[in-house]
Order: sequence, then C-alpha cells, then structure tokens
Amino acid sequence: MPNAAPMPLIEGVGLTVIRNGEPVLDRVDIAMASGETVTIVGPNGAGKTTLLRVLMGLMRPHSGTVTRRPGLRIGYLPQQVPIDPALPLTVRRLLSLRIDATNEARLQRLAEVGARDLVDRSVHTLSGGELRRVLLARALLREPDLLVLDEPVQGVDITGQAELYGLIAQVARARTLGVLMVSHELHFVMATTDRVLCLNHHVCCAGAPESVRAHPEYLALFGGEAAGVAVYHHHHDHKHGASGEVLPLPHTHTEPHNPNDHHHG
Amino acid sequence: MGDFILRAALGGIGVALVSGPVGSFIVWRRMVVFGSALSHSALLGVALGIVWNIGIAPAAIAVCAAVAVIYLALSRDRRVADDAVLGIVAHAALALGLMVVAYVETVRADLLSFLFGDVLAVSVADLAWIWGGGLAVLAVLAVIWRPLLAMTVHEELAAVEGVPVAVVRLVFMLAVSVVTGVALKIVGALLIISLLIIPAATARRFTTTPESMALVASLVGVVAVLGGLQASIWWDAPAGPAIVLVATVLFLLSVAVAPLLAHRQGRR
Repeated sequence: MPNAAPMPLIEGVGLTVIRNGEPVLDRVDIAMASGETVTIVGPNGAGKTTLLRVLMGLMRPHSGTVTRRPGLRIGYLPQQVPIDPALPLTVRRLLSLRIDATNEARLQRLAEVGARDLVDRSVHTLSGGELRRVLLARALLREPDLLVLDEPVQGVDITGQAELYGLIAQVARARTLGVLMVSHELHFVMATTDRVLCLNHHVCCAGAPESVRAHPEYLALFGGEAAGVAVYHHHHDHKHGASGEVLPLPHTHTEPHNPNDHHHG
Repeated sequence: MGDFILRAALGGIGVALVSGPVGSFIVWRRMVVFGSALSHSALLGVALGIVWNIGIAPAAIAVCAAVAVIYLALSRDRRVADDAVLGIVAHAALALGLMVVAYVETVRADLLSFLFGDVLAVSVADLAWIWGGGLAVLAVLAVIWRPLLAMTVHEELAAVEGVPVAVVRLVFMLAVSVVTGVALKIVGALLIISLLIIPAATARRFTTTPESMALVASLVGVVAVLGGLQASIWWDAPAGPAIVLVATVLFLLSVAVAPLLAHRQGRR
C-alpha cells in the first residue's frame, strides 16, 4: 500500500513520561499510517506498555502531543485480562459488553478467529490462547481502524503463538487494519511487520525489521539471542561484559530515527 | 399477623431486591471493604438525622455519599493505598458519629437499633425511602449496567472503548450509598454489608451470566429476609442478625449443593 493516507491514524511527537524522577519515555516519536503494522520491541521495563497507554489516551504524557485521526476506533487487547471467577461470564456475553452487534456478526467474528465453538463456554474455562482469540474477535466486532495489542501471545504455548501472530496478520490484511503491537518475539513477527520500533525509554532505532535487526543498539539490547533464532545472522556486533552481559560496540546511531519513514512491502 | 410484620416484610423485601444486583457488583469489583467502611460511617448520618430532625435515611445517604466522594478525591494520591484512605475517611466519620451519639440523649438510647437494625419498627415513611430509593438505584443501575460491567471485566479496555470510567465509578458508589442509607433500618450499620454480599456469593454457584446472578441474589435475599423475620417471631430473636444468619445458612447450603448440580450440568 502506498502512502495514500495523508493523515496518520495516530501520531505521537516528543512523548515524555517521568516516573519517580526517571524518564519512562524520553522524547518518543511514533506515527502509524492506516493499514500499517508496527511492532514495538524492547527489554522489560522499557516503557512499551506506557507508550501504548499514552497513545490510546489512557494516560497523559508529561510533555509531547498525541494526535489521533478524528473518529479513530481502536480495538485493544491488553496484556492480561484477568476475569474474576466471582463474575459468571460466557463468551457470548463477553462479546456483547459495550458492543451492539447481531448474533450472526458475533458468530462470524468468532469463526474468523477459529473460536466458533467457544460461544457458549464460560470464560473461566478458556485456555490462554482461546481467551486471546475471543478477545481478538471482540475487538474486531467494534470494526476498528487500529488494533493495539500488548504482548498478544503472552501465556500461550509456542505453536499457539505462531498461529496467533498469523491470525492477527490475516485479519488485519483482510480489513486494511493498522496494527500496533508490543512483542518480545521479533523473529515471529518479522514477516508480517512493516516497521519495527526498538524502545528502551528512548527510540533506539526504527525501520524495516531487517534493518532494525542488524542495528547495533538492537543487538545491544537483545544480543545474539534475538538475532540468531530465526535466521542465523549472528555477527559479533557486540562484546560481552564482565558478568557476561552484552555490551554495545562504540558505534551507535547509524541513522537518525524518522517517525514518518514508512516501509511498505 | 400485625401491620408491623407486614411493614417489616415489605421493607426487608425492598432492601433484598436492590441488594441483589448492587451486592453482585460489590463482589465482582472487590469492593467489600468499601461497602463495610461506608456502612460504618453511616452512623454519623443516623446521629445527624436525629439531631437535625431531617430523617435517618436521607442523612445517612448524604454522609455515605460525602465519604465516597472524599475517598475518591483523596485516593488520587498514590502514596497512601486506597484501602488505607478509605479506612481513614470512613472511620473518621464513624468516630464523629460516636461523638454526636455520646452527647445526645435520644440517639444514645437507640444506638443498638441502628447498629443491628430494627426491622419490626419500620414505619410507612421508612417504606417510602426503601422503595423509592431502591427503585431509583435499580433504574440508575439499568442505565450504567453495560458500561459498569465492561469496566468490571477490564477497566482500561472499557476506557479505550469509550466508557467514562470515573463517572460510572462515582455513580455506582453513590448507588451503594443510597442502598446503605435505606437498609440501615432493616439490618443496621454493622450488618448491611452481609445482606449485600452473602446472597450474591450464594447465587454465584447456580448462575452462568451476570444478570442471572444478580436476579438469583435478589431472590436469595428475599428468602433470607422472610426466613429471618419468621425466626425472630418464633424465637423472639433480633430480626437483623436473624436475617443475616438465614442468609449464611443458605450460602452454606449452596456450597454443599452446588457440586452436585455442577456434576450434572457441566462446568461453570
């Protein structure tokens, strides 16, 4: 898809969030075009979830601005949805919370994510992967322009993870949905991601998955593990510290980050 | 059967009906501490209602609502945990209520009845407050039902989907304040919370949707009220505690019976 939409779905400029005197987000720029899939990677505590929350308007940044396209509808899959067992809830009822949809539409969306048979099940008996599928179907029922997924495969077994990522890419492609997701597993999402944003409080690097994966700052954060799993590209672009941790080589910031630099395949 | 029994039954049934859905949300949202703190602070309302001669129910509702609002305002400070803030505000109100009680002869005489309820002394005016307040709460709850349920499942998800979570939370807390104020006469400040949570906890084992749980909770509450009244007549027992004990027996029965039903109908 060419850069047809002049207005980004969502855009954050200079986003800074301070917590306990430390910057959780440090002048982060991000913009998403419609139909684009952007994956945010970064170590634990890098501010990934905070960035999603700021972009969705759940919290205000200390400085910087967020612009959402007027009328933007967001389908959100939080990292965890711990439904209290004290609350009796079937899948059917979960799908009708806040959403006016016909029963056929509900069943269609469920079928689309391979969860048609779960409609009358109690949500408390679903596995991690089943609940994710149901929540994805629920998000799709809102007919969103943008899917925001925070670690969408957490608590799902390995084969289920690949299936879920495939499913997300499939439903997004079918609708030209924008997808913004946080993920640990870059090698799983490589093929379906247009752009990767590597975050460690600030934007370390951003761009096409291939270029990010070769970037010294990315390798500094994830080391050989991340680079080596899917395709064996493990050059020693880093050195190891005294306790074995990965340290960056002196050369960093090979290219300045440009938030409007979309890479569409 | 005397009129006072009829009034007691009508008052108790009114409170039980509204307690079902409100109590269910208290259980789902883990607000039991909030509910009981609020009901303790209602004692200040009782004292002020008598001293100023404005009626107990409206004064108690006003005090509970004020406590809820102050709690919400103060709990924005993350350095003191929410339940600590609640304990401070609600028990400051309780202490203030006890001060008033100590200085005013007429209130002191009735203290026990406001702590444990005086259902056999329910007046027509009390009935008007119970049914008026109860129906108002049910109407409001019907309006906020879906957004409140959505934010009970996941607050941030609901916020992204456009639920004004702060407003809905406040409205629900005010609804709990109204229920507390009108239920004082039936079970008393110390036991209101049990009439809210025991029927809901009992209903959980037999239901698969939020709505059916709220409805069954109301019915369990009605059975507990009628059973408790009957017990208090037979054995000349205080009615408020008798109602709570009957509810507790129903809960224990549900614990014993539910596994048998679950075995027959599949998992919940």
